[in-house]
Amino acid sequence: MRRDPLQEPIRFLDERAGAAPLLRKALRYLFPDHWSFLLGEVALYAFVVLVGTGIYLALFFEPSLADTVYNGAYAPLQGRTMSEAYRSALDLSFEVDAGLLMRQTHHWAADVFVAAIVLHLLRIFFTGAYRKPRELTYLVGLTMLMAALLEGYLGYSLVDDLLSGMGLAIGYSVGLSVPVVGGDLGLLIWGAPFPGDPAFQSRMYIAHVLLLPALIAGLIGLHLALVASRHHTQFRRLGAQTERRLVGVPTFPGQAPRSLGLMFAVAAMLFALGGLVQINPIWLWGPYELALGTNGAQPDWYLGWLIGALRLVPGFDVTIGDYTLIANPFWGGVLLPGIVFAVLFALPWLERRFTGDHATHNLLDRPRDAPGRTAFGFAFLSWVFMIFVAGSADRVTVFFGIDYASQIWFYRFAVWVVPVLVFFAARRLCRELQRAEQIERSQEEAEAEGRLVGR
Amino acid sequence: MKLRQWIVALFALLRLRRRRPPSDEPGRLVEAGPPAPRGELAVIALLVLAALAAALFVVFYGIGASTQALGGALAGALGLIAAALIVAGKLLVVDEELPGHYPEPDPSEQESVGRIVAESGSRITRKRLLGAAAGTAGGALGAALIAPAVSLGPVFDPSPLYDTPWRRGRRLVDSSGEPLLATSIATGSFYTAFPQGAANSLLGAPVVVVRLPEDELELPPERVTWAPDGILAFSKVCTHAGCAIALYRTPKFEPVQPRPALVCPCHYSAFEPATGGQVLFGPAGRPLPQLPLAIDAGGALIAAGGYSGAVGPSWSGVRDEPPS
Repeated sequence: MRRDPLQEPIRFLDERAGAAPLLRKALRYLFPDHWSFLLGEVALYAFVVLVGTGIYLALFFEPSLADTVYNGAYAPLQGRTMSEAYRSALDLSFEVDAGLLMRQTHHWAADVFVAAIVLHLLRIFFTGAYRKPRELTYLVGLTMLMAALLEGYLGYSLVDDLLSGMGLAIGYSVGLSVPVVGGDLGLLIWGAPFPGDPAFQSRMYIAHVLLLPALIAGLIGLHLALVASRHHTQFRRLGAQTERRLVGVPTFPGQAPRSLGLMFAVAAMLFALGGLVQINPIWLWGPYELALGTNGAQPDWYLGWLIGALRLVPGFDVTIGDYTLIANPFWGGVLLPGIVFAVLFALPWLERRFTGDHATHNLLDRPRDAPGRTAFGFAFLSWVFMIFVAGSADRVTVFFGIDYASQIWFYRFAVWVVPVLVFFAARRLCRELQRAEQIERSQEEAEAEGRLVGR
Repeated sequence: MKLRQWIVALFALLRLRRRRPPSDEPGRLVEAGPPAPRGELAVIALLVLAALAAALFVVFYGIGASTQALGGALAGALGLIAAALIVAGKLLVVDEELPGHYPEPDPSEQESVGRIVAESGSRITRKRLLGAAAGTAGGALGAALIAPAVSLGPVFDPSPLYDTPWRRGRRLVDSSGEPLLATSIATGSFYTAFPQGAANSLLGAPVVVVRLPEDELELPPERVTWAPDGILAFSKVCTHAGCAIALYRTPKFEPVQPRPALVCPCHYSAFEPATGGQVLFGPAGRPLPQLPLAIDAGGALIAAGGYSGAVGPSWSGVRDEPPS
């Protein structure tokens, strides 16, 4: 008999690390089979691409606001005074072979990373996967989403092009708008009034390349450990699944090629986008100067809801006599994300409050199975989405000539009315779907009975 | 003859079948399944193609090919590996769905954890006092470790937020340092100016200069002298979120919005120059700070004093008098 070539290394590992029982468990961990369970994996693999491309970019990027005169390959900017940061970002785009590919892929990966997290969150929300015993997994995931939003914002702010600077001015204003401590907070983070101390660039850089990625990586580890500890949730199919019994494909050999295939597919898509679809052409924006602004400036998609909110709020600061308590950017920049994340973080406990359901749930609901939750979810989503869409009102004015102020007035009401309508429509739809299923089931039963009688 | 051939062929087929192990061998951990030589061939072909695409990427990189070629080749290599894995997952690996059990928490384990902690503390008589002491030490140490963060910025001292480089008599210059002459300011256009001899990058530095027909001005009474010949200057930094006021709305056709306005492109706060920078629309909570102007003997624009209010986005305390 031929000797198994794996036997020796497995024995080596097991005798020294006690690895065999762990490996055995890991190889036969069960993955319930549903496409929507892959959304989180897409985010994970986008993060892998982000780390890889990000390390490459860091080998060329110089996070310095020191002035320099551009003499590089891009003729329209030659002779312009700019920061070393922007100069090095231009050079790595134009003069480093594969540099532009890596930069664009990095940017695309960031957009896909957040998109995958948000879709994953929607799946978790609408199937009730955040319920006991998975609240911790859910909270860790939400924290990652917050870290990802900040990480993405810092990423495009580092480049010091015109859009970076405009985005940072808004960030600074949001910091300043925090009641009572805002001025101190802004000065603390920026080191000086905007555009801040030159060291502010170093602060952003260390946060973007070390602190936040390390935090996200650590949270990914925790997230996965928690998932594995309580196992995946599952949909009810064929009656084989129960709250105690799960049915799934083992890691090895079943799930491994699927998951690895997904990883390579995600990477392929991101590099195809990075190579073929232009994103953030920083050379068109020019270097940031405080006195410059450009029309049609839009942030990356995942901050669109915040810019929409900042634009919608009517013009007032909350003042007591001459004392400004709350500056205007607070509403859109602090309160809105505060409310959205507070509701999301509290969700498992809110739902328990409303339904009195303290049970353990390993089986997922379909959206129609929980009309209240689904209706609330769609209403909440439509609220955020309407605010997001309001952020594009300026572009609608440019492309369709609809008056900007009228649009803003429309949205100021619509963001409150639409969610209410959506709530009732979604709840109705869920109940109708439930009823239709009931009728179908009773018809089938009647038919079966009829056949029995007919015999 | 023909019959014999058929029989040989049949036997060969049967033996072939028997040699392959499709049956469930007893004691297997992983379910058995039939081989799929075609699938193997497909996977091998995809992997070879992936290797070729990867090699192509190296070649493209070596000859300095375009970003599109590089991205295409690398995406091709990755995509082909993805395809190989997916085909392998579909055809070369058994499609098992196995039952398992969700973990059940063990109350006795929970109890022993609690007991270990409780029994470990049985020698301690003054629990509260000890806890308070530990809390004090921890809190003080935490505060000590956080304290150096105050070096990050001038915290507890908001005075830098009021800084502007504008003083009475300071010249307005354009971005190349040339003085701005009153005669060069036309109505319907807008100009960016900076204080002569100060850094352009200070938040309070840039101003936007416009000229309005003098009969259209509706300035507050204390500002009537601030706009010589109808020339007005305002901080170029929006009081809402700190972006540069980069748009000047001066309707040249039948106006939809009747009055000229200085507009910020970030959140479209619109400020009216004729009334001294009052907010016409948008989220800004304060008027745009106005800079009083004068014209010197040489016809150049100079500042006649400081701004009418704090420059830049609002913070708590923004409406206070700046510390002198």
